[in-house]
Amino acid sequence: MTALVEIRDLLVHRAGRPVLEIERLNIERGRVLALVGPNGAGKSTLLLVLARLIKPERGAIILNGQSATELGDRVYRRRIGLVMQDPLLLNMSVYANIAIGLRYRCVSGSETARLVKAWSIRLGIEHLQTRNAATLSGGEAQRVALARVFVLRPELLLLDEPFSGLDKKARTELLLDLKALLPTTGVTTLFSTHDDREVRVLADTKIELVDGKIQPESSV
Amino acid sequence: MLLNNPDVWEITLLSIKVSGLATLISLLIGLPIGTLLALSKFPGRSVLLTLVNTGMALPPVVVGLAVAMTLWRSGPLGDLHLIYTPAGIIIAQVIIAAPVVTGLTTAALQSLDPRLRLQLLGLGASRLQMVLTIWREARLPLLAALMAGFGSVISEVGASMMVGGNIRHQTRVLTTAIVLETNKGEFASAIALGILLLLITFLINFALTWIQQRGAKR
Repeated sequence: MTALVEIRDLLVHRAGRPVLEIERLNIERGRVLALVGPNGAGKSTLLLVLARLIKPERGAIILNGQSATELGDRVYRRRIGLVMQDPLLLNMSVYANIAIGLRYRCVSGSETARLVKAWSIRLGIEHLQTRNAATLSGGEAQRVALARVFVLRPELLLLDEPFSGLDKKARTELLLDLKALLPTTGVTTLFSTHDDREVRVLADTKIELVDGKIQPESSV
Repeated sequence: MLLNNPDVWEITLLSIKVSGLATLISLLIGLPIGTLLALSKFPGRSVLLTLVNTGMALPPVVVGLAVAMTLWRSGPLGDLHLIYTPAGIIIAQVIIAAPVVTGLTTAALQSLDPRLRLQLLGLGASRLQMVLTIWREARLPLLAALMAGFGSVISEVGASMMVGGNIRHQTRVLTTAIVLETNKGEFASAIALGILLLLITFLINFALTWIQQRGAKR
């Protein structure tokens, strides 16, 4: 396998102290990596750095052989998909929420409709299209947040504790659905979690972060 | 009887025109500055925010005094001949309404979850697309800012009187006409004009509230 993402000599500071120091990390294409570690270990920071939403003090991120700096923030971000712990949906219909990233990319209306429908079916939310996002349950909202990213066909999918805000039933259902879904997309995925079961079910590799530093990689 | 008086219609239309334009200009000034204050960190931001918040409580009569002195024939902008003109009143009203719109825009955008901006950028939004999306998301409080801006100028009398001079057929607006009628002891006319002013304010706010609540249901 070849590396889709390479991180080199990364240093991120917050309030004058280092919160993330990664000398070298390769994320192989097609892998599903679990990012584990205690609170404050730097998991969310790493995901936000990989989404180019936090600028590191130094270091390089290389996506498919191209430096993120050279690509520019917007071009780079349009190749990444980010789902946060909270769905952060907009006060509009489910359809409009799923379509928002496509609208940013000026995708045609018919293509948008096709993609939204296809991914809504795959995530089991096709019956919610006209509902306002504010009326959804936690599980439904997180599925919308996932559909909103999947329609963009990202090369790298970043999930920041995507199940942590859900009740046990919704968490299990979404976990199993994602387990079935991810191999069909082949998208390289990095997700942070505190839950060993999520690691076992979803990941093929585990990365442990402690005090902003990566511990020796171990396969699940 | 009031409705048959062409002067009343002239005064009413001028009031709506002057305060409507002043509100529109305040929106064009206040929306971008309020957005900048809410979303960016830059040197002097706190000072600017304090100035805006202070500006929200500017007494119209003080604004009127400052603008009148500036536009006075011997004043620094006297050559523009704007004193005792509707344009002069609009300038004064913009100074009153712009801080209101700016301050309430800042508050409206700061009330949104700050992670939403990151999420939108993460979805590939450009800076402009991100700003347009959060304006849409904050449309209800932003419309409230617009209503507050309009309310602050349609009802003020001090600046309109000092800068406009309450000249018949030229700069007389509803509030200055009410003062004139009261000074003449014509309380019935003053009350009728007051009711008309309240009615206009009600109708315009009713229309904006309807738009606002229609947006809330979406």
